[in-house]
Amino acid sequence: MIRLSGLRKHYRVHKRPPGLKAALKSLFKREYEIVKAVDGIDFSISPGERVGFLGPNGAGKTTTLKMASGLLHPTSGEVTVDGHTPQKRENEFLKKIMLVMGQKQQLMWDLPPADTYELNRAIYDVPRADFTKRLKELTELLELGELVTKPTRQLSLGERMKCELAGALIHGPKVLFLDEPTIGLDVSMQVAMRDFIRRYNEEHGATLILTSHYMDDVAALCPRVIVIDKGALSFDGKLEDLVTQVRPEKRLTLRFSAPVSREQVAELGTIVKHEPAQAVLLVKQSAMNAAVAKALATLPVQDLNVENPPLEEVMSELFSRSRAAREVA
Amino acid sequence: MKTFAALRAIPTLLKIGFSEAVAYRAEMLVWVFATTMPLIMMMLWTTVAEASPVVGQGGKQWGSGAFVAYFLSVFIVRQLISAWAAWEINFEVRQGMLSMRLLRPMHPVLSFAMSNLAYMPMRAVVTLPVFAILLVTELSRMTAQWQVWLLWPLALIGGWLITFFANVAIGSLSFFIDSSIKIMDVWLAAFFVFSGYLFPLELFPEWLRIAAQWLPFRYQIGLPVELMTGQLTVEAALPLLARQYTWAGLMVVASLLLWRSGIKRFQAFGG
Repeated sequence: MIRLSGLRKHYRVHKRPPGLKAALKSLFKREYEIVKAVDGIDFSISPGERVGFLGPNGAGKTTTLKMASGLLHPTSGEVTVDGHTPQKRENEFLKKIMLVMGQKQQLMWDLPPADTYELNRAIYDVPRADFTKRLKELTELLELGELVTKPTRQLSLGERMKCELAGALIHGPKVLFLDEPTIGLDVSMQVAMRDFIRRYNEEHGATLILTSHYMDDVAALCPRVIVIDKGALSFDGKLEDLVTQVRPEKRLTLRFSAPVSREQVAELGTIVKHEPAQAVLLVKQSAMNAAVAKALATLPVQDLNVENPPLEEVMSELFSRSRAAREVA
Repeated sequence: MKTFAALRAIPTLLKIGFSEAVAYRAEMLVWVFATTMPLIMMMLWTTVAEASPVVGQGGKQWGSGAFVAYFLSVFIVRQLISAWAAWEINFEVRQGMLSMRLLRPMHPVLSFAMSNLAYMPMRAVVTLPVFAILLVTELSRMTAQWQVWLLWPLALIGGWLITFFANVAIGSLSFFIDSSIKIMDVWLAAFFVFSGYLFPLELFPEWLRIAAQWLPFRYQIGLPVELMTGQLTVEAALPLLARQYTWAGLMVVASLLLWRSGIKRFQAFGG
């Protein structure tokens, strides 16, 4: 469905130090540098897949999505979406896709969302009956109610985002590029958006690429993740494999019915936290079964819990490792 | 098929554009009143003409009534050929907001055109009363030839096409330079002088009047106004209309070429 091969986007950026002298100098002689926003990435995504596209700020995620949706022309390399070359912006292609950007809106600010939906109906040439049915469906699923008849400017951020998503789906796109769709939303609204996105994917078989700084979005929606950093691909695989690769240990939490010394728990793994009645340890996944068996056999264990490290921690470690590697280089 | 789908969408684009114009009605009225320069010029020139008639090319005398008819016509034409796509394109390119238009299966230039045209009914609210005043007070100075009135809408359409596509061309320059608004200012300065907006071209010296014939500006304002005010016969108007549509055609080609090559440089800032 989506195939990227050797995709690059390099920008020529005017560079100027601060100050009047530099400003005057730049009138006559300008200095430029080449910024490699995306520097040769390859991957492909099958129809109906849900893929998380991750990376630190400035990694090139949004640039990649903009090239895949036809907004940006690649410097070199190739991208195809359902057989189309996005930058040609053929109508057939544009009818199949939608890019939802959490920080950009398509809703008309002073008019109710219903007017934007009607405009999209006309532009996407959606038959009236299909439009009415789809809008009803979206209104129910997203609980839009009377929101669609209020001027957009009077809606809260969460309400606006829901209306935005409905507007993006009026034409039933087969490919959804979601760039930070839950940014700024409260927790309950984030959960509602995630549920809706998953349901849309399952019911319509739509292919979905999601970028988000909220790892809960990724964990809830994306069995596969692609990580890029400084424009280059650094991981492509299952989310749990990424976690294992970055943090091979799991977190073992033990609660005791009687005080236990630090030395007694040290044999089980690396101590993160120790109190007489509780200990948190990092244990290699391969050694977890043995550690749990030993704890139950030798210690007064009242309760235990085994969990993966939080995804935020995993990603933060991944990104800081790559930053450190760059600094060394 | 593609063209039919776009044509089917036009009534909805106009309808939504009109809703937007109604939402911005106060701003719209301020805009309309901001273009009252012809009325100020009318007062200025009528005062001059009351002291002694102004003599134009060929010895034609311009009395105060002639200036009233001329500048009221200029006001009406200016309202009806207005376009502001250059500012919109410039803003949307710089802010990255053009992205949302580019994602839709419709040429963004067409959507800019429809949103500009959708403001016409709101402009009519101001121009129709002025037109009525013009007909009541200066009917004898307006053309009495019905064939000329038939050509007038054609001249208005031609004038609007030049204005709109010049806007698109200048707006498209913002793909290449940081901001093209200053270029629009230069264009507008030339427009004010050579279109007949501030003074009738007939009052220009011969060499400047000939130069104006070869520039696009007089076909935006001067030609429709000269048709209204009986300065042109059908025979004299037809070659001028041909020149006007040649300019319109050149503007369409130039603006679409600039757009096509500029869009490759669009950086879709933000997001």
